[in-house]
Amino acid sequence: MPHRTFFWFFFPSGLAMLLFIGLPIISSFFQSLHIEPEQILMEVEKCDPFGCKTETKVDIEATTKLQEEQPLGRFNGLGTYGDRNHLAFDEIKEAWTNSSSIAEFTDILLNLPFYKALLFTLTFCFAVTPPVVVLGFIVALSVNTITKSLKGPTIFGVILPMIVTPLIGSLVLFWMIDAKGILGSFIQFLFDDPNLSLKSSSQLTWITLIIYGIWHNTPFAFVVFYAALQTVPQDPIEAAIIDGASRYERVRHIVIPHLYPVATFIILICLMDNFRVLEPIIGFAAEGVAQSLSWMIYNDLRSENKMLFGSAGATSMLTIIGVAILLTPVLIRTWREFRTER
Amino acid sequence: MKKLLIALLFTFVSTSAYAGGHSPCGVTDGSIKILANEFTTYRIFMDEVKSCAGPDADFSVTHSVDHNKLQVAALSANPAEFSAKLVTNGSITTLMNDNLIRPLDDLVAKYGSALQDNQKIVIDGKIYAVAFMANAQHLWYRESILNDLGIAVPSTYEEVIAAAEKIKASGKMANPYAGAFKSGWNLGQEFVNMYLGHGGDFFKAGTAEVSVNNAKGVAALNMLKRLTEVSNPDFLTQDTNAVKEEWESGNVALMHIWNSGAASLLDDEGDQAIKADTRLAPSPSVGGGSKPATTLWWDGFGIATNTSDENAEASFRALLGAATSTEMANANPNATIWLIDGYSPGDTAGPVVDAANRGATPYPSLPYMSLLHGALSTELVEFLQGNESAEKALADVEAAYVAKATEQGFL
Repeated sequence: MPHRTFFWFFFPSGLAMLLFIGLPIISSFFQSLHIEPEQILMEVEKCDPFGCKTETKVDIEATTKLQEEQPLGRFNGLGTYGDRNHLAFDEIKEAWTNSSSIAEFTDILLNLPFYKALLFTLTFCFAVTPPVVVLGFIVALSVNTITKSLKGPTIFGVILPMIVTPLIGSLVLFWMIDAKGILGSFIQFLFDDPNLSLKSSSQLTWITLIIYGIWHNTPFAFVVFYAALQTVPQDPIEAAIIDGASRYERVRHIVIPHLYPVATFIILICLMDNFRVLEPIIGFAAEGVAQSLSWMIYNDLRSENKMLFGSAGATSMLTIIGVAILLTPVLIRTWREFRTER
Repeated sequence: MKKLLIALLFTFVSTSAYAGGHSPCGVTDGSIKILANEFTTYRIFMDEVKSCAGPDADFSVTHSVDHNKLQVAALSANPAEFSAKLVTNGSITTLMNDNLIRPLDDLVAKYGSALQDNQKIVIDGKIYAVAFMANAQHLWYRESILNDLGIAVPSTYEEVIAAAEKIKASGKMANPYAGAFKSGWNLGQEFVNMYLGHGGDFFKAGTAEVSVNNAKGVAALNMLKRLTEVSNPDFLTQDTNAVKEEWESGNVALMHIWNSGAASLLDDEGDQAIKADTRLAPSPSVGGGSKPATTLWWDGFGIATNTSDENAEASFRALLGAATSTEMANANPNATIWLIDGYSPGDTAGPVVDAANRGATPYPSLPYMSLLHGALSTELVEFLQGNESAEKALADVEAAYVAKATEQGFL
């Protein structure tokens, strides 16, 4: 394609990306460098059904005036990035000098909100993505071999987990794994332990979330693999059959190499999606034991008080950097393949 | 039929006409959009607001347990998403901080002649909200179960635990106690109750500097831990509504929840045997203190700053009509403690009055309290799961609060 044609072809979507993705990212970055202006407090008399007393209140006039002078808030540089709720440089330095062993240091590190969330996010990413790719491939292979009349309904059944809204899917499961729900009581029966609860321990909650993640993401891998399977050339397969290759050998030596680039694509998308995990945490009411980076942003913007734009902006930037680091190996690999193909 | 309706409407309008003031009901101009918490008493109140607004009014109400998380974003927009918000002494400060609710003096002067003085929430000489009910958390118990085992009604948390352990040992129930321990606002509130019960102060006097990492904080946390040990293992996912369901299923013999829970626990739905066996008791004290470990709350309404005067007046009128409706209050005497003139309290009011008499403190209305509550909501979980010491958990609470309060400009 000539560069000129490509440019005009790409221009509309490029413009949309710049307007709706690029600019908000830049604005979040600027917001992350600022914190709220100082709150001016005053003592006033407050009366309610329980009586009158003198209490502190924000001096609205003075604070509004400050806000009008600095609409973005006070400039804080990279201060928000380094505070305890983000990268926590001071706390890490202190922990490093004060802790006697690596285990103690790790304990302190993983107790800081950002690193706690990062640990869960990465665990979720790397525990969900490989099974999704493998399962998606197996399901696609199986569906590909069944008779035509059954294919339609089977495909619908297989992609159902993706059709169900994540929040609804996780809520349904949340009720089923309740100690009195059908799955919860079955597990109690299985392990003969009436106090076993999937929701009470952090390990079991993590496992539940990961299984949910696999269940929810497999259809995506299936759809892509299934589409790619339709493009597998029939000639080499027929030749292999004549040569007496078993089904396993045909899959191993013809189908898998053909689907390899597709698998890279699926891994890329899955890692990116799972790095931003949020809905299952809300659906399973797992905020207490499993926090992700996206959940931190959500919490900053929807806590019980004023929205912490600076803090949310900083976490967003760190998430973007995280996604970039995570995808680098896959991208480098794709780039190399692209070069060799040429 | 139509005539009957008109007659009924007429009686209603005429009974709520006041001498001197303008009648608030029968709104025709402006739209009324209300954001409110979700529980039965609020539903009763909102039905009254709707009927006061009348059939011609443009009326809608959004009930959500996440109302506190929605309120700032929804009312900051201009024009605001809602024209009015049901507030409490906990949630009003956040709205006051950002100037999101307006003074109501002129509207009160025009329509509010039926208001009692203690319904007016006056801050710095201006009325910012109108209260209509008082609420508090207190103990609930199943009389037959306590009687069968010869347990006296607990008056301290130490006795609550002893009673729960006795019930557990008898084999009647596996997890006899319940409280709203859901990680988030509920869990924070449980700590607030227990810490105040131990006589703690959240901040160094007159400043926004937090101080909860002390002996009282540790004692409060240890008491919460012991309570969770006699609760359902899923306690971290149970909010007030989930606890009420546990109660109605007969899984729980002792619980500490809101007085307004009576509206759904003592209604005609559900297992009537459990209802007949349900008793209310004062909130227990703790650690040898005399104050009950609970907080006093008022519930009322505020009107958005960022809404037109027309919508503000319409919303105020409809809400005020309900907030002065003696008929509603006396038709539902057990739904809560109404602050409305002419209301005669039902038999469920006792524990709240008792809490007030024994010196329970109202929930602190400080501008930075919600930040501390937020920090408590997330940082106490690991302690309750046994993965962290109480001192460590409280140090985390303080550190999380300091980071947030610094960003908000309080420190």
